[in-house]
Amino acid sequence: MRTLHSDVIVDAVAKMCVSANRYLPEDVRRSFAEADAKEKAPAAKEIFRQLTENYELAEKSGLPLCQDTGLAVFFVEMGQDLRIEGENIREAINHGVRKGYEEGKLRKSVCDPFTRANTKDNTPAVIHFDIVPGDRLRIGFMAKGGGSENMSRVTMLAPAQGWEGIKKFVLQRVAEAGPNPCPPTVIGIGIGGSFDYAPILAKKALMRKLGDTNPDPGLDAMEKELLAEINKLGIGPMGLGGVTTSLDVKIAVSPCHIASLPLAVNVQCHSARHEEVEL
Amino acid sequence: MAEYRINSPISDADAKMLRAGDVVFLSGTIYTARDAAHKRLMELIDAGKELPFDLKGSAIYYVGPSPAPEGRPIGSAGPTTSYRMDSYAPRLHALGSKASIGKGKRNDAVKQALKDHGAVYFGATGGAGALLSMCITAAKVVAFDELGPEAIRKLTVKDFPLLVINDSVGGDLYVKPDLKAVGLE
Repeated sequence: MRTLHSDVIVDAVAKMCVSANRYLPEDVRRSFAEADAKEKAPAAKEIFRQLTENYELAEKSGLPLCQDTGLAVFFVEMGQDLRIEGENIREAINHGVRKGYEEGKLRKSVCDPFTRANTKDNTPAVIHFDIVPGDRLRIGFMAKGGGSENMSRVTMLAPAQGWEGIKKFVLQRVAEAGPNPCPPTVIGIGIGGSFDYAPILAKKALMRKLGDTNPDPGLDAMEKELLAEINKLGIGPMGLGGVTTSLDVKIAVSPCHIASLPLAVNVQCHSARHEEVEL
Repeated sequence: MAEYRINSPISDADAKMLRAGDVVFLSGTIYTARDAAHKRLMELIDAGKELPFDLKGSAIYYVGPSPAPEGRPIGSAGPTTSYRMDSYAPRLHALGSKASIGKGKRNDAVKQALKDHGAVYFGATGGAGALLSMCITAAKVVAFDELGPEAIRKLTVKDFPLLVINDSVGGDLYVKPDLKAVGLE
């Protein structure tokens, strides 16, 4: 049994909240450069120029990349041979969020759904826990913006609709969202599981690096096929036209009920802010 | 498509001259308001009370900035998605507001209000909050401080970079998705 003090978690989470909001990940920077090289339209190229200047400026000035520093979403994999001392793990993660969002001058964007009163410290975070073999703790963090989240959808398709039905729903969703979610977007797709599990799969898929390869060759081919289709829509960066409506598509699947084909589409903005740490 | 340097408050003539696709560098005074502040403004209008700023010629920026770091007037300050303010915008244009600034599509009622009242809808680059912050030289909360990031702020901007998305003659810059290309039409 390994023991880890909660203070380590608090500090690691606080640090991730700040750095993910200030430093655009390398995979996203590379993706911008590759997409820009493919664009011919001046408006699309101008958006990539501004986004590049923006991440350079954020890194230099310490300002967050975007004023929407997100709802804090975590994927936690806790080894079953690990014991946490001090605060319980949920409290430690929320403590880290409070600390990171305050010290990093990040916007507090969480409120009561009815009164809309701001909780003033960006908590509670949304935390997905998983118990895994071993004695390590992996914490994945995503600063999830509201504009792109609002464009996300979940649906229960009939099994007969299959892959063609899935593609159609995703394409209609991306087309309808248009310029709203800050394209070029990243599209996380969860297929299977249940009504509640499909969106978790979709969100977790967004934790992957842009431009990586899905370890399942079949899914990898589907991701590439769907990305090519999405980019035929011509919405382009910020909806001003171009060949880059999305930077990437990520698919995660899980077996489902014989009656169902759950599908979730989680839309992420161009600045796919995410980080992971292992403790 | 032309490029203009325009001052805010925006004159009737300037607002009417702009066309979808024009690049505008806006300087002067603009006001921030997003979801919660718009709701409060409507309540004040309903009650016949005085508003915290003069709507005449005003440009309303849909933004909830991040906190100002030491030595800067404001934090990151890019646009939020505009459709959430669609139910409020026509009323503000009817009372003299000449522009809103945000990102994303507007509904038909807003587009009609732009025509009826000679106003424009500007797009700023979403997710470029640090870059846009550099064009803001002063910021002061003028109402609803308790709303935190959603408070109404008076901003002084210098050459704030904008694109005209919807103009006063029905022009719309946003590209229609090519549904035919993917077999959806």
